[in-house]
Amino acid sequence: MKAGSPLTHAAVLGLFCLGFGIVLAVTHLVTADAIQQRTEDDKQKSLTQVIPAGLHDNNPLADVLTVPGADGKAVTVFRATREHRVTAVAYEIEGNGYAGEIRLMLGLDAEGRILGVRVLQHKETPGLGDKIEPAKSDWITRFTGLSLGAPPVEKWKVDKDGGVFDHFSGATITPRGVVAAIRNGLEFFSAHQAQLLEVR
Amino acid sequence: MAADYKRIMRDGVWDNNGVFGMILGLCPTMAMTTSATNGLGMGLATAAVMTASSLLVATFRGWITQEVRIPVYILIVAAMVTLVDLMMNAWMHELYKVLGLFIPLIVSNCLPLARLEAFAAREPVLPSLVDGLFMGIGFTLALTLIGAVREIIGSGTLFADASLLLGPAFKFMELRILPPDWGVLMAVLPPGGFLATGMLLAGKRYLDRRAGKPVVMAGAHCVG
Repeated sequence: MKAGSPLTHAAVLGLFCLGFGIVLAVTHLVTADAIQQRTEDDKQKSLTQVIPAGLHDNNPLADVLTVPGADGKAVTVFRATREHRVTAVAYEIEGNGYAGEIRLMLGLDAEGRILGVRVLQHKETPGLGDKIEPAKSDWITRFTGLSLGAPPVEKWKVDKDGGVFDHFSGATITPRGVVAAIRNGLEFFSAHQAQLLEVR
Repeated sequence: MAADYKRIMRDGVWDNNGVFGMILGLCPTMAMTTSATNGLGMGLATAAVMTASSLLVATFRGWITQEVRIPVYILIVAAMVTLVDLMMNAWMHELYKVLGLFIPLIVSNCLPLARLEAFAAREPVLPSLVDGLFMGIGFTLALTLIGAVREIIGSGTLFADASLLLGPAFKFMELRILPPDWGVLMAVLPPGGFLATGMLLAGKRYLDRRAGKPVVMAGAHCVG
């Protein structure tokens, strides 16, 4: 098959596309279930970090509520219930860091107190901004137990902006983004409290 | 022509090393060498893709016509990358969480494409397989080395989180070379990548010259 017509080339390319397309389709079929399972596991893991297991007798991943957030984007709320009462809720919040979006999982009890916050994804500078990860520093754990009233809402800022939360040396923008994200997350809760705690 | 396997292996690992010889594949090299572990992981994933695609191209080279060879190569590399991506996500999920973002980058790495065009398209199956494998190993060594230099200077550790990549049995590899408060941030940031690569490249040239080897000038055709 040396000097073929354009048709030959088209056929060769087409056959290769078809062949590898089939290979990929088969691989997708084989791996789809396992990948789905892993994604669920990941979500489960981030949820158990912000909602203590003792608080619920349901599977929060299965009790899902979709509520429009302040910016119009839909927020998926996972609800932990015990004996048909909502004991905790968890949802993803976003903040603007130094290098793009920081995504966190926020867990609150029924009174709006923080049970835990965990970073899901960020692109902050290694060695500076990545101290928001629990593996690097315990900074993120200081929010546990706080709520919108304690400290007062105008103090929900980093200390450089007149708030109560310390920044870490060399990085102000990252903690500022995280604190703002949590504050917004708490405001979201107080705005939708009735809806979030409503028993279905 | 009987294939000179020793020559192919030495080319891949040292003489014609993807990063330090041909200066190819610099995009993943810069992005992924913030630590030795990251470099190792990216290198291994690239090596797997290179080996598989070299094998495939050499196998099908009789059918691939000259005019459509480049799209077919890209198709093959992209298909292999997607395979690795799906399978790692399904069965090596912890590793996938570390490397997942960078696996798709292998498609834009021009080292696999360069080897397909320069080697696998002209040689029989077995030598092509060996070439793909050893070019991949050479790439892995280069990335691990750059990563090690940047990690030691930047964070004071070596192979941190290696057990995440290779399994708990490799915990012993995780070393702390310098005190915990050590850290030259620049080594971990992009400029450090260029500096470390440049220094190591100069080192290799120096060793080659001392050994009396003619220094091969890099004939880089693309900057991936």
